[in-house]
Order: sequence, then C-alpha cells, then structure tokens
Amino acid sequence: MLKEKRASDIQKTLAKYPSKRSAVMPLLYMAQQEYGYCDDNAIRDVAEILGLDPTEVKSIVGFYTMFHEEPTGQYVIEVCDDLPCALRGADDFVAHCERRLGIKAGQTTPDGKFTLRTVMCIAACDRAPVAQVNTEYRYALTPESFDQMIEELKGQDIK
Amino acid sequence: MDKHILLRDLDVPNIRELAVYQANDGYAAWRKALTAMKPEEVVAVVKDSGLRGRGGAGFPAGLKWSFIPKDIFPKYVVVNGDESEAGTFKDHQLLDNNPHQVIEGTALCAYAVQANTAYIYLRGEFLEPSRTLQRAIDDAYAAGLLGQNILGTGYNLDIHIHLGAGAYICGEETALLSSLEGQLGQPRLRPPFPAVQGLYAKPTVINNVETLANVPPIVLNGAQWYRQFGTEKSPGTKIFCVSGRVNRPGNYELPLGQYTIRELIDMAGGTIDNRPVKGILPAGSSAPILPASALDTKLDYESMQAAGSLLGSASFVILDDTVDIVWAARKMVRFFKHESCGKCTPCREGTHWAMKLYDKIVSGQGSLQDVEMLGEVANSMAGKCFCLLGEFATSPILSTLKHFRPEYEAWVSGAKTPAGASFHT
Amino acid sequence: MADLVNLTIDGRLVAVPKGTVIVDAAKKLGIDIPVFCYHPKLKPVGMCRMCLVEVGTPKVDPATKQVVKDEAGNVVIAWMPKLQTACTTTVSEGMSVRTNTRQVADAREDILEFLLTSHPLDCPICDKGGECPLQNLTMGYGPGVSRFDYDAKQHNDKHVPLGDLIFLDRERCIQCGRCVRFQDDVADDHVLQFHERGRHMEIITFSDPPFDSYFSGNTTDICPVGALTTADFRFKARPWELASAQSVCAHCPVGCNITLNTRLETRTGGYEIKRVMPRQNEQVNEIWMCDKGRFVHHFTRAEDRLKTPLMRDANGQLVEATWEDALSRVARELSAAASVAGVIGDRLPNEDAFLFARVFRDLLGAAVQQQAGLFVSPRVPAAYADIARDYGIGATADFKALGKGDVILLVNGDVEESAPVWFLRLRQAVVERGATLIVAHSRSTKMHRYASQILRYDAGQAAQWAEHVIRNTQHATPPLDLEQIKGARNLLIVFGDEKLNEAGARALARSLANLLILAGHAGKASSGLLPLYPHANTQGVCDMVGRAGPLPERVDVAWLVGVGDAEDVPQAAFVIAQDLFLTDLAARADVVLPALSFAERDGTFTSGDRRVQRFYRALPPLAQAKPDWWIIQEIARRLGAKWRYSGAEAIFGDLTAAVAGYAGLTYPVLSETVEQWPPMGRADLYYGGTVYDNTGGLGMRYPAGVEQTGFTPHVEWLPAPEPTVDALRRPVPALYRDGELIRRSHVLAGHLIAPGEIPVLAK
Repeated sequence: MLKEKRASDIQKTLAKYPSKRSAVMPLLYMAQQEYGYCDDNAIRDVAEILGLDPTEVKSIVGFYTMFHEEPTGQYVIEVCDDLPCALRGADDFVAHCERRLGIKAGQTTPDGKFTLRTVMCIAACDRAPVAQVNTEYRYALTPESFDQMIEELKGQDIK
Repeated sequence: MDKHILLRDLDVPNIRELAVYQANDGYAAWRKALTAMKPEEVVAVVKDSGLRGRGGAGFPAGLKWSFIPKDIFPKYVVVNGDESEAGTFKDHQLLDNNPHQVIEGTALCAYAVQANTAYIYLRGEFLEPSRTLQRAIDDAYAAGLLGQNILGTGYNLDIHIHLGAGAYICGEETALLSSLEGQLGQPRLRPPFPAVQGLYAKPTVINNVETLANVPPIVLNGAQWYRQFGTEKSPGTKIFCVSGRVNRPGNYELPLGQYTIRELIDMAGGTIDNRPVKGILPAGSSAPILPASALDTKLDYESMQAAGSLLGSASFVILDDTVDIVWAARKMVRFFKHESCGKCTPCREGTHWAMKLYDKIVSGQGSLQDVEMLGEVANSMAGKCFCLLGEFATSPILSTLKHFRPEYEAWVSGAKTPAGASFHT
Repeated sequence: MADLVNLTIDGRLVAVPKGTVIVDAAKKLGIDIPVFCYHPKLKPVGMCRMCLVEVGTPKVDPATKQVVKDEAGNVVIAWMPKLQTACTTTVSEGMSVRTNTRQVADAREDILEFLLTSHPLDCPICDKGGECPLQNLTMGYGPGVSRFDYDAKQHNDKHVPLGDLIFLDRERCIQCGRCVRFQDDVADDHVLQFHERGRHMEIITFSDPPFDSYFSGNTTDICPVGALTTADFRFKARPWELASAQSVCAHCPVGCNITLNTRLETRTGGYEIKRVMPRQNEQVNEIWMCDKGRFVHHFTRAEDRLKTPLMRDANGQLVEATWEDALSRVARELSAAASVAGVIGDRLPNEDAFLFARVFRDLLGAAVQQQAGLFVSPRVPAAYADIARDYGIGATADFKALGKGDVILLVNGDVEESAPVWFLRLRQAVVERGATLIVAHSRSTKMHRYASQILRYDAGQAAQWAEHVIRNTQHATPPLDLEQIKGARNLLIVFGDEKLNEAGARALARSLANLLILAGHAGKASSGLLPLYPHANTQGVCDMVGRAGPLPERVDVAWLVGVGDAEDVPQAAFVIAQDLFLTDLAARADVVLPALSFAERDGTFTSGDRRVQRFYRALPPLAQAKPDWWIIQEIARRLGAKWRYSGAEAIFGDLTAAVAGYAGLTYPVLSETVEQWPPMGRADLYYGGTVYDNTGGLGMRYPAGVEQTGFTPHVEWLPAPEPTVDALRRPVPALYRDGELIRRSHVLAGHLIAPGEIPVLAK
C-alpha cells in the first residue's frame, strides 16, 4: 500500500496544496514508482488517499502520457521525433534504436529491460537527437552513443 | 547589449549557485522590493517597463498583475514552465542554469500581488530541471529569502514545484490551472479570467518562466533601463530558440526588434552546408510558416505579425531547401493531433481528419482533391475551436498550402513518391 | 424587473434575466440554436461548438465612452470577428445576435461533418433512432454527404457495459460530456469520466462497482446520441412504436412525474411497459428520476400477477373463484364478525384509501356489537403524518427558491435512499445556491458531504436528542445553533423515522414542529417540515385514514388492502387480502382479490410534500384484476352501501369535500399545466433530451395546517420514549430494499437488498 510505503512523501505532498485533489499527479508518480506502472492497485491506492473515485484517478492517468497504463520495461527510452529533432535526423535515429533493440517504437524488449517510445518535443531541440531514459535527458545522441548507452544500461539493474 | 539579462549563465559561470547568483546582484531586487517598495510600486515598475509575456501571447505582464483584486485572499502566483511548443527550449536553459533568477522573479511577482503561495508548474519531462530548481528553492529558504517573515519584513512566501505529466495543452494557462488542481488538463471557459477566478477559484497571476526571469533586473534597474533594449512596443530582450537546419542551434538572447531573421540564422552559424532557407517557423508549430522572402523581417511582435506570422514563443525552426514541406507539415499536424485534448469537436475531429489526409498523401495514394480537402478541413476548424491549440493546428496546414502548394501537388501527381523521396536532407 | 437584460436575436427583441446564456434567450423567442453539449440543467462548457452564432455589442467610442449611433440614430453594433458559442456567452444589454446567417449555417454544417467523421452509420439499429438529436440536427443543418473517407473511420468498442444498467457504444459517443457532468455535478457520483484525449478520448468507468449511481438512467435521457442506452430498453422497441401515458412514480414520497411508454406485444398479446421516462415538473423532479422508478416497472406484467379472485376450498387450498362468489363470501364474513381490522398499505391511491376509510366510518363498526378499526401499514408514519401536514412546507414553497440564507435541517433521515430526487434538489440548494445544511443523524449519509454542521446521537435517540437541543435542557455537544436557525430566511426541516417506534417518531416530529414555531418560521411559505415517508402515498393514505389507535392483536376478520408483506397485521380467523401478488401474507388469506397496479388505472397520489398529482392509465386491465376502489365499493354495496362510483374521478369529488385540505381540488385542476422553464420534451430533443413534456398536469400542493385560517401553532412537548427493540432492529432505509417489486424487475433484481441486509452506506 502506497499509504504506508510513502507516508512521509505523501504528507509532504499534501501539505503543498489547499486541495487534496491537487496531489493526484504527484501521488501517481509515486504509485508508478512503486508499482512499475499505473495499474489497478496504484489507481485505487491514490483514489483512497485522496478521497476520489477510482474513475477520476483513472481519467487523469489516461490523459497524461507520462503515466503508463501498461507494464513497461525497466528502462523507458523516449526518443523525440518531432519536427525540430527530425530535421536533425531523429527519424533515422529512431530507426536505428528499433534495429538495435529489435523492437518497434511502442514495444518492450522480450527481456523486459527496455521500452522504446517516440515522443513529441521535449524541449531540447538544440541538442537533437534527444531522448529521455526514465525521464533523464540524453542529449545529442548518435547511433554509437545510443549503442553504448544500451550496453551500460544492460549491465545495470534499477529494480 | 554587452551582457545577457536572462541567459546570465553565459556570462557568469555557476550562476545557478546561490552564492554566485548573490555575488552578481542576485536577490538584490528582492531585497529592494521587500524593504523599500510597496507592492503597487513593483507592479508599476513592471508595467512601465512594458515587459510583455514571453510565453507566446505577448500580453503586458504589469497590466496582468494590476488586474488582481486587492481585497480577495488568498491569491496565487503560478509560473508556467510547461514549455512544450515544438522548438522551444529557453525555459529549460533558464531552469537548468539560472534558476535563482526565475525564483526571484516569481517572488517579486508574488509580493507585487500580495500572494503568499506560488506554484511553478513544470512539464513532467523536466524532472531534472525540477531537481535543480528545487535545490535552488531550498537554498533560498535556507538563506531566509523564502518562507516565513522573509528578511524580517513579515512577508511570507512559499514556492512549490508541481510537475505535469505529458500534455502540451497544459501550457494553455487555464488548462494548466485545471491540471494543477488535479483535473484533466483541459482549458476552461473565460470569463472568469484567472486574475479573478484562477487557481482554486482565487485571483491568480500566471506568467511564463522567461517573463518572470525579466522581473528582477527590471525591479533592480528600473523601467527606463529596461526600455533601452528593444522597441517602443516590444521592449527588452527575448530569448530566441533556434533549431532545425542550422549549424549552431541554441538559445540566443537579443533585444527585440533589433535584428532580422536572417541575422538570427547567421548567429546560429548559418544553415547546414549553407543551403538556402526554404521556410521559417517563428513559433514552433503554432504560427504560420514564412517563406524565405521574410528573412529580413525584424524580430519583434509587430514585425512578425506584419509579415504574416507571429513571434509567439520565438522558437525559430529553420527549414532549408532539403526539407519536404509536406513532410514537415505532417509532423506538425501529427503533433497537434497527439496533443489535442479532445474537449472541442473541431480540434478533436479536425486534427484526426487532417492527419488521415496527410497519411494518404505521403503514402502516394492522395489526389488533388485530398489536398483541397486539407485546406477545407483546416478552414472548417479555424475560428471555431475552444482554445488556441485547435486554431494553431490549422496554421501548418493553411500556411504551407499558401506558400508551398506545388510541393503538395508534386506528391499527388506522382512526381514524388514515398519510395523515391527522402523526407529531408 | 431591474435585472432584466434586453437584446436582439435575429432582429427580434427579448428581455431575459441577467446571466442568461444566448441559447436560452433565443429559446424564449422560440428560436432554436442547435446544441449537443449544452443542457439547460447542466453548467455550460462550450465543448461541441454546435451553437456558434454571430454576436455583437453596441459600439462604444473609446474616447467618450458613449455608444455610437448611425445617422438614423440606431446603435451601431460591433460584431465580434469570430463566431461565439451561444451556450457560454451570457447576454448583455443591447447585445445583438444572428443565428440565421450563411456564416452560422456553414459553421453548423462544419461541426456536424466533424462529428459524423467518427460516428457510425448504424442508425437503423440504434435505440436512439427516431428521437436522436444528432440524427435530427444532421437532417436539419448537416451536410448532404460526408467527404470523410469511410475507410478512415475510427472504430471503437460497442456494447460496453458500464454497469448492469447502462451500456455504452463508444463509436456513437460524440464526447459532449453531458453524462460525465450529470454524474459529477448533479448526482455527485463521480463514476463516469473521460479517459485518454484527442480523438481517443472516451467515456469510462473504473469504479467498484462500475457505473453505480441511483440516477444512472438519466444519462441516457440527456445523451444526445445512442451512446448510452439502458439494459432495460436497448433493442426492445423503436421510439415511434411507443404509446405514452402520463403517470406519477409510485415508489417513493417524491412523486416524480413520469411517462409510461407502452407497446402492444404480439408475443404476449397484450400491452407492456417498454420503458419509464421522466416527465417534466419543475416543482417536483425537474426532468430527473431515479433508477428504481425507471427500472422497477416489470412487476406490472409479471407472470405471477394475481389474475382472478382466489378462495379456500374444502381442502383449505386457494383456488380460483368468481368475483361474485368471492365478494359475497367477504361480505358475509364482514357482517358476521364481532371485530374487524382493516389494514391499508401506503402505496394505495387516495381514492381507494378514502373509500376504504368510508367503509370503516359508515358501514363497519356502526353496529354496537362490532369493533372495527382501520390502520395504516407500516404504521410509524401514521403517527406523525398529521404533524407533517400541519407544519409542512407552504403550498407555494419551491425547491428551486431554496438557497442563500436558508437553513435546511436534516434529522434522522437518509434523503438519497428514501427520496432520491429530493436528494438532488436539496443538494443543489446547498451546493449551487448556498443554502446552509445542518445534518443530525446517528450515522453517515450521502447528504453529510454537504453539511456545514454535523450533529450526532445514538441510534434510536433522535427524539431525545431533538428535545434536548431544541429546548436546550441538556448540554449537547455540539449544540444546535438556535440563533443561526432563528436568523435564517427560511427553515426547511427534513426528517425520517429511522430506528424509531411510533411514539418516538411522533415525539420527534412534534419537537421539530416546535423548533419551527420557536425559531419563528412556522407558517412561512417556504419553511416547514418535509417528512421522508417510506412510500408514494403515505401522506395521502394517512390523510384519508387519520390517526389510529394501537393495532389489536387478534380480530375475527382482517381486511388487508395493498399491504404487501407487512409484518404487523393482526391475527385473524378470516383474512381478506387485496394485492397484486400472492405474497406470503396473501397466501395465508382466505379470500384473495386481484388488484390493478397504478399503471392500469387512474387515480391520485399525495407526495411527501403534499402535492396531489394525477396519474393516468397506461395499460389495459390485467385479466380479471380490478382497481382496489372497485373491489372496496363492491364489498361495501354488499354491506348495504348505495355507492355507484364510476371511477376514481367520481370518488375524488366526494373525497375533496370530506378530507381537510383537499377542498377545491378537482381532476381538471390537477391536470393544469403552465409554461415551464426551461421548455423540455418538445420536438427539439437536442435541447433537453428525451424527457417528456408535461401535458397531464403539474398537480397541486394543498395548504399546510398552519396556512389555514383558524389554525394556531402551538408548542407541545411529547414524551420521547426509548425506542423498542423492534424499532432498533428495523433496517435503515435502502432504495432497493422493496423486495416484492424489485425482485420482479428484469434489470434491478440483482440490486435487491434483503430484508435484514445493511446496505453499503454513503462514504
């Protein structure tokens, strides 16, 4: 239960807002960390803490792209292929990522290690192609630096 | 302009650190305001400076602050750091490298309107910048610059960071407020305007990160000092984000109205391989594309409008002659389709329909009728959407059709095929 | 009126209250501006963009701040460059609106074309077909052909159960959000929301249980397409095949005005109710109704309805009998009995109850050797119905007028479970219009969510509590703020009899009446008591029967009329039962007489707020079953009465002459309607939904005792006895507890709450 596991974080978060409901997104981030993605338990935990109906929380999860409704790989690699990045080779870069991981964008490697997604502009167009790995920026990527990153991440286990 | 006003990290190494920031006039404006200025004087100086909102709309910031009713409490300041317009990355740099100036600007705004709580709403992808900013906020609290009884003046201010979670629409100020309240990030009806009923239905000022970063130097040096930069109607400096087919993409802080698009591109190292410029997107995907003939347009709100586009967030995406305009337009429409919140019919259905047409055209299955249809879909959307997102979505369609129609015709006449064409370079 | 705003729409002048949106102002002129997301009972959102119109305001010279006039002296209108949504734009003085221009027509065509790009072409099998706003508006304003490539259509899930009562067709949904807003803003059950965004946005429920709300059926009425359908009606009939009868819901004290839609079924060879729909009465239910009222109707054509009289044969078995034999037998037993007890259920219409009471007043017990008593079952409300009538809300009190400055005191009642639509109305008064709600109860109810003060006492102690806090005789924590109550503009006291016996319930009602008097609100038109009775005609039946003494334990003959399975009936040597079903109680009777349901006859009910309302026959009589009044009359005639009433209306004429408060009421008076705002249920389905227009009468609330000349309010404290064990054991009110009817519903049976079961209480 999120309520017990993250009690002090939840208290701190709730204290920031005059309305409990404002904490729904921060709490969903916490729940996503705990459960891996926003599964039923995550949603019902958050709903209970905030006194919301689970439907209301599910609605929030569905609206925002950073809340995952399906299980993801350990590392979610999100490559921007929006116009500014694409003007600097992002489409080709995404194709490379797909080849390297052996999956299509939107898929997860069979070992559950990597999920590859393409995303809209992430405000780093000056350092394209750019990606985020579990929301950490990786700037000015090349096929070579991507491959190297994958090798490094393969050796790590964040869970 | 010998020194940067906003991108001070380019002049002062490590200005992100509180000590360095303070050693370079940091929080001097904050001390000055708290100890020597009445709130309304802070509003007045910002009003006099002519500072216009840097998020895109260009609304005078001081005027916005003056709309806040005096007798309703609590009031809130909300900082819009949802930077999501394609090609925009200026707030990102400010947050990463000059966070205290954003905090100081936020604090000055809060004092000016007598708010005791401010929320800095950052797009969810700004997790790293948010950590930098949070450290800076913590340092400011520790130094007694935020919190209770600041500098012994009796004024209290809390600043909280709130992370979004991936929704461009939350850059729209009322959608941002809804999102901050834990609702869907969908825009609200106006009126009531946020100044009257904003966050939690209380009077609320919403300003962009860059806008507020302008405030400390204005308060410290005065409106006249600020007005030495820029033009009469567009005073001050502005950060221009340059991306796309240029050699040195990046942020360039320039006085408004002093330089042209051509000069901006030159500052960014010129185009890759010196290719001719084909099109300029002055405000990411949201403003009409300008053809190369507009290269000598001055970089200010009025000139860009006169040239047939908008300065907006000043996110200049440069397209050279290797870029297929239909491909680029499709990318932009894809963006809006993805980001349409779904609230209103024309945006929800129109972006979906337009995307279907683009897919058909670039798959080689399109006809001239589909090209016509694209324009009609965009025209059917135009002027009918709930918020600007839907209106913005029409601009890549209508403006590329206006300036680059032959490229569409090439796609549907068979002159260009998906197999034979490289979308760019 | 000072707050009227003048504007011009399509060249016609209209004056409307400040704050009115253009759609409604146009409606006043009979100009229909098409809408999908806008609903006059919901907050405007401006989502669908169907209502775009040209709007202009008087041009003001920025220098002089004066309105600019042309040479002819006419005000120059500054037209806004973009079309505006008529549903979100409030009127302003001198505003000018154009709804009939090319630009507006084009916009409507554009929006419809957009909506149709995602809409399926399944009108021929869609339940909404024939009463569908999208269909109608497409015919009226839409493009002749779609230019959208059919192959590019997005296909979504169909037949998605949102619960066991409501189905969603995701393809048909046009994302107007009416259902979401109804659930959020009206029902306050947040079980429907949007999920995803853009073209992927769709309605979901993720609640547990899923779409669980007493008001869920209303979403299908206001859904402007066939996206939401009820488990009851979907695929059952086409709207144009249905006959309509105006009726009044027979299941709770609210008295919602309803329409019974029937169709001749070749399969069964008779008429059946196909669906129950709300009928507009702004004084009662506006345009809403609860799911019990909507979905419980199947009992009217249940297989096991009593179809002929039954009598015990020589072997003691109940067998079919002729009316003549059964009635003669009943008359013989009644004449010969030394003691007779009549027990009448509080679902019975007024006319039947009146006639039954007359039997006991004029025929039975008249002879000295016969003891005859008349009782109402369940008997608790009968103990205080007279107080509720004397100190009830005024004849002109209007739920809509309740708001800022008014105090609503809710004592010992569960409004949503007992009178669901009153829950909606009281909630709106508090949440939307700022009335102050004080709740006193031994447990939580949904109404507690809106209370500004919550007071508690132990279960069964409501009467003691009330006396203490009102008389201030014993220090209660927290105390009831009597000064606040005195200072209120009006005081509405809503109360129930949960866990109280008769004496306790009467003492509570009396104390609450005292509070009204002491706080200076007694006799005010919009103040008074509002009792949460168990059934639809509790007040009416009590009005007809009056107060009764304690029920005897044993009598010679017990005559039970519409009591269902009531427990508290006397032991009797001979039992007569009139009912719809062979209930456990009826199965033990000696003569069972088949009665008609409210749907098969006409009559009147008196709601909990004393509104007398007509209901009309919707179905032909079932087999040999007869209206209760007919059965009672036939028995009475055999006891020597000369009555020859031809129908309920004739009885009503005598009733109004005899029963206090009902004077002046006639069927024609009850059938009167006035123009209601907002106008609903007309040809323009898109405006209000499929609620029916009211042409059968708005009914009339008869004056409270305090409103009548010669009545002097007086304070009187009744002893508040400790509740009996029986009373404490009595289950709390639950909407779906009514077993006889609910278990016969094809769709509600699963919701039935067993007699002893404790329902899930409001969070």
